[in-house]
Amino acid sequence: MILQLEKRPQASPLLSVLSPLLALLLTAAAGLIMFAILGKAPFSALYTYFIEPLTDPWMREQILVKATPLILIAVGLSICFRSSNWNIGAEGQYLMGGLFGAMLPVYFYELQSSLLLPAMLLMGMLGGALYAFVPAILKARFNTNEILSSLMLVYVAQQLVDWVVRGPWRDPGGFGFPGTRSFNESATLPKLWQYGDAHWGAVLAIVSALIMWFVLSKTLQGFKVTVIGTSPRAGRFAGFSAGRLTVVAFLVSGALAGLAGIGEVAGSVGKLDDKLSLGYGFSAIIVAFLGRLNPLGIVAAGLVLALSYIGGEAAQISLGISDRATRVFQGLLLFFVLACDTLIHYKISLTGLRQQKSQGAAG
Amino acid sequence: MKRLLASLLTASALALTATAAVAEEQDKTKACFIYIGPTGDFGWTYQHDQGRKSVEEAFGDKVETAYLENVPESAEAQRPIEGFARAGCDIIFTTSFNYMDPTNKAAKKFPDVKFEHATGYKRESPNVSTYSSKFYQGRYVQGQIAARMSQTGVAGYIASFPIPEVIRGINSFILGAQSINPDFKLKVVWVSTWFDPPKEADAAKALIDQGVDILTQHTDSTAPMQVAAERDIKAFGQASDMIKFGPETQLTSIIDEWGPYYVERVGAVMNGTWEQHDVWHGMAEGNVVMAPYTNMPDDVAKMAEETAAKIKSGEFEPFTGPIKKQDGTDWLKEGEVADLGTLLGMNFYVAGVDDKLPQ
Repeated sequence: MILQLEKRPQASPLLSVLSPLLALLLTAAAGLIMFAILGKAPFSALYTYFIEPLTDPWMREQILVKATPLILIAVGLSICFRSSNWNIGAEGQYLMGGLFGAMLPVYFYELQSSLLLPAMLLMGMLGGALYAFVPAILKARFNTNEILSSLMLVYVAQQLVDWVVRGPWRDPGGFGFPGTRSFNESATLPKLWQYGDAHWGAVLAIVSALIMWFVLSKTLQGFKVTVIGTSPRAGRFAGFSAGRLTVVAFLVSGALAGLAGIGEVAGSVGKLDDKLSLGYGFSAIIVAFLGRLNPLGIVAAGLVLALSYIGGEAAQISLGISDRATRVFQGLLLFFVLACDTLIHYKISLTGLRQQKSQGAAG
Repeated sequence: MKRLLASLLTASALALTATAAVAEEQDKTKACFIYIGPTGDFGWTYQHDQGRKSVEEAFGDKVETAYLENVPESAEAQRPIEGFARAGCDIIFTTSFNYMDPTNKAAKKFPDVKFEHATGYKRESPNVSTYSSKFYQGRYVQGQIAARMSQTGVAGYIASFPIPEVIRGINSFILGAQSINPDFKLKVVWVSTWFDPPKEADAAKALIDQGVDILTQHTDSTAPMQVAAERDIKAFGQASDMIKFGPETQLTSIIDEWGPYYVERVGAVMNGTWEQHDVWHGMAEGNVVMAPYTNMPDDVAKMAEETAAKIKSGEFEPFTGPIKKQDGTDWLKEGEVADLGTLLGMNFYVAGVDDKLPQ
């Protein structure tokens, strides 16, 4: 006996829309089981995890802060994934964005200028885009597997950032702790309101999602992305260049990941340090799929994933649930999102060995 | 519809019980802890968590404790510390050096919450205290043991960050060793992390390959002890008794006993007698305890016990002259004892350390 996936002749349109919600429900159900096994009251634990943070204005703000980089990166990933360019290296592009953007305040740390911040953001986008260009051009020219090349470059970026913050860029007055000097005010993204933690990166994230939504759903460029992504042959007949799209998609995706990186550096942290990479580039992959590769859906999905971080901390504080639970939840979420999507479009069938043999004989 | 109604009712019932529970908790004193590593590191964080458990044992129903583990020493620490203050913690212990700025920032925002920052020196508002232990006292004893036990005359030191606390430990160790063998040398590897078992293990291997036959560490995991056991050399545990990880390897270990201090401070919050202070306890107060002296001849163990007893009684202070700095200049004259300020801000090596202090 062998399990096979068979394409359904017609995927249920209702279920396709509901798929992310279904995945959320299944994750919650799995969470209940996990809490029960951990010996916590399942429903009140789930409440602490996913509902309580929403009732508190401070926690809502923290969710927004956490969601900002996730949304920015995932919006960029949507154009890649829609066009079947599997950019798994957003984490590296995010780091390079932080690195490039931090270059200015590190080398000119006494500079106070209103142009500094925009220049930093542009440098961040440039850094991310350049770093994404590597796997893109390798794929377009030499047909290299972009999943591998983009993923491997993440490790290179991690080591590079680690080296600069421990070596040449280390704060001379920082007791040797890895990290640059703290940036001055003109190199810091302003907060959205006084005494708050949310910064203008959140606005950048929403605006970029809106623009991407418009481009993908209302323009010819967006149409090209969908056509090439779903049916490369049809795309070729229509005269669209898949290679060029690969490069463009990676550049846009890298630029947005880079913007997320410098946004965190200049917005939340105020310096470049070795803790910049908290896995946002990988979590954003979950966000992109949970948001159905739709930029507006991604905004919602980014908030959901951010909730899982903040709720995880709340659960640790009030219930003593290990911080590993957060990662388990995120893993479950991706698993169920992909499983739901797959099972909506495909059905599992059991194929007898005999049938397979006869097929083999016939072939 | 019925089902929806039922679930709504259950939800509101849940919310009600939640409010009731909150009301009940108001009488309890809530003590909260921020940890740099996992509670299962069997080193630094593990010992702080043992301290937290002592608080629970001492006050039973009158106290409630909570902790957050693996909180990075970066801007990310701000949210958990503030989250604790918002969750109704009465006293918050932040147990790593670089939580210094986030702790002080949160303290300004929450003047009614007491903050206790371990190993730091900034107390920017009256609700912040700092506390630490004189771990260096134990390092001196270890240095003496190392000099007696080493064949090569070289020990290896896995260091985290060049902050005064760590530099003090290194200096104290070499002073202890040189009191036995004036030519004793110490090699240092900086790993720039508090807790990273693979990195710590790599550093241990590198040191052993350079010919050290005694290993000591100022990082939080048991990985160096395990490497020493594999390579069949002796080692000192750190922060906690690591004998389980090197039954044939561990000579002794500096055990950080935080329990008495945590019980005292939480008690002070309960009585309303909590006041800002900066304490630096050591062997005398029972905060620095040596694990049993194992895997060494009896006379070495006896020497270690005697030195520890002298330090504990105050008869002897490790930083007593004559001491030269690494560059050969004089630091302390014969019989002169280091002043507190220099010790707290120590940023230089004494003679005999085979390493350039990272700047």
